[in-house]
Amino acid sequence: MIAALAFYFFAAILIASAVMVVTSRNPVHSVLFLILCFFNASALFLIAGAEFLAMILVIVYVGAVAVLFLFVVMMLDIDFARLREGFQRYAPVGAAVGGVLFLELLMVLGTWRFADDAASLRINPTTPGGISNTAAIGRILYTDYIYLFQASGAVLLVAMLGAIVLTLRDRPGTKRQSVAVQVARDPKLVETRAVALGAGLDTIGIRRPLPPPEPPKKVEHAADHAADHGGHH
Amino acid sequence: MNWTLLLPEIVLGVSGLIAIVAGVIPKRDTTFPVALGVLGAMLLAAVLVIGQGEGTAMGGQYAADAFTRFAKLLVLLGAAGGLVLSLDWNEKEGLSRFEFPVLILFATLGMMVLVSANDLMSLYLGLELMSLALYVMAAFNRDDGRSAEAGLKYFVLGALASGLLLYGASLIYGFSGTTNFDRIADAVDSSAGNLGVVVGLVFVIAGLAFKISAVPFHMWTPDVYEGAPTPVTGFFAAAPKVAGLLLLARVLQGPFAALAPAWQQVIVLASLGSMLLGAFAAIGQTNIKRLMAYSSIGHVGYALMGLAVGSDAGMRGLLLYIAIYLFMNLGAFAVLVAMRRGGRALEGVDDLAGLGRTDPGMALAMAVFMFSMAGIPPLAGFFGKLYVFLAAVQGGYWTLAVVGVLASVVSAYYYLRIIKVMYFDDSAGAMDPRPAGLSVVLAGSGLFTALFFLFPAPILAAAQAAVAALMG
Repeated sequence: MIAALAFYFFAAILIASAVMVVTSRNPVHSVLFLILCFFNASALFLIAGAEFLAMILVIVYVGAVAVLFLFVVMMLDIDFARLREGFQRYAPVGAAVGGVLFLELLMVLGTWRFADDAASLRINPTTPGGISNTAAIGRILYTDYIYLFQASGAVLLVAMLGAIVLTLRDRPGTKRQSVAVQVARDPKLVETRAVALGAGLDTIGIRRPLPPPEPPKKVEHAADHAADHGGHH
Repeated sequence: MNWTLLLPEIVLGVSGLIAIVAGVIPKRDTTFPVALGVLGAMLLAAVLVIGQGEGTAMGGQYAADAFTRFAKLLVLLGAAGGLVLSLDWNEKEGLSRFEFPVLILFATLGMMVLVSANDLMSLYLGLELMSLALYVMAAFNRDDGRSAEAGLKYFVLGALASGLLLYGASLIYGFSGTTNFDRIADAVDSSAGNLGVVVGLVFVIAGLAFKISAVPFHMWTPDVYEGAPTPVTGFFAAAPKVAGLLLLARVLQGPFAALAPAWQQVIVLASLGSMLLGAFAAIGQTNIKRLMAYSSIGHVGYALMGLAVGSDAGMRGLLLYIAIYLFMNLGAFAVLVAMRRGGRALEGVDDLAGLGRTDPGMALAMAVFMFSMAGIPPLAGFFGKLYVFLAAVQGGYWTLAVVGVLASVVSAYYYLRIIKVMYFDDSAGAMDPRPAGLSVVLAGSGLFTALFFLFPAPILAAAQAAVAALMG
């Protein structure tokens, strides 16, 4: 009874927020409704007894994908009002195509025959008795298919290596943070002072000490070297 | 689980991880030590492969037998040869980066997973591991427009081929109910109507035919072979092609042996097309890398002839042909990599002019490889063709045999033209001195090609054992 009530509660919010994702005018609101959607879907997974999927949905979709969406929406300056301009004009055609697809879907579903034991299978948990479904998924992924899992890992590693090889350029002028140098710095050389809010460094007369003269760059040196001995090669 | 059977793969994979860390931490250029380490890892893997037991592991996803041993040794040899070719070249072209040997190592790991696959899923993962590393290697000279184009073209078309293969695999899974090769074999044997499996199989063959550049899935080959850095092209023509052909043989003769009448037609067509295209399209080429691309398409056609026949003799011919092709190809590409005048790499057939006088040793080796590829006795290439044609005649595939002989006569024209250019044309000046690594590859593969007819027994015996393991 409580499970059924909870199901209808979460399902209703899920559908309502899904509708809001599509209809809301502000794209940022759309993404926020999408996040609400994901949370409700994960609650539905919990009711169905799939706690691992529920947590993964929150971690992956809310934690990563939705934030990425939000980031993209805020970064890109898309004029959504203009995108919607043709809505009125194309609505009848869209509705007609959608209606045909819906009819076809109904016809497919109309001929669907359920297996005799489908109902009993649906009620029974799919994991062997006494094992939580997290453990069952882990067993499949890390024990039964460890070979394929590791091979996929190697594929991803090669993809990463390839992206670095093809795009990383070592520019001679880049300044890099060297933690060791920072830690080893003599604290007496650094003066700490309280600075009023909004006051620039110039107004209170603090200047950064001039950096020591840079050692000759390696790249230039190598070029000189090649030029000097070019004749010998 | 029986994971000790996977020792060669585990050793290779762990060495790859160590090589990445060891290559990136020191501030100086670590290409050479990493390359030596990778060569050492390949040698260790080869020793482990020789001592490897037989059987299946990892819940039937991995298989090891005499056939995979034969295939893995060839793959390791081709990869090591490709790495040696690239060492000096990369330094001269300013591509000296430690990632290159690591990529070759992971491509090799992918090929070993591929030939040992006993499940459609491990087949696909091995194929992707290999292909992804190859795409990056094709574009390795990233500031050169042709190399970047080669990489992109190979990547887009390769992804399409992978899609075809996956679609076929999903159909096979849907109609046979399993992805495991042994159980697919049972399912194919027991059921009468296998139409769905056959359709899936045709898609899988199309995906694999792309990887080995068999007609009509060869379109990418000339452009990619021309654009990629020369040692990478040599590697492409050697190791991945060997792995792809052997995997195709393993898949068709293993789980789908009962469907032979269906897939034989496809392989016969691919074989005929590849032989004819390889013979005719290479005639007009002036760029030697493009010429070798068409030549490799032709060789794939001859090798597929052995598979199309499908008998024990045919499979033995296929294995022998691939082994000999690997040596000839590595040697020929060692010459191509050594073509350099005034520090500039050369790619034209005409640039070989007068090599017979300026560098008699290299010219002699190149002549041996060209005669061998044309199939002139008593060089190794003749025996490769002989066994394949013999199997075709014995199996009653007269069309294949006749077209094969005619195609090899046509292709002899452009192989002999290279020899004519080397010995009878006016020299355009001496080539730069070639590095020691290339000389080693040249001498090794040249001696193998020239003296194969004296000692064919070890390779024949290995091929025989591999066929016995495959055909059961």
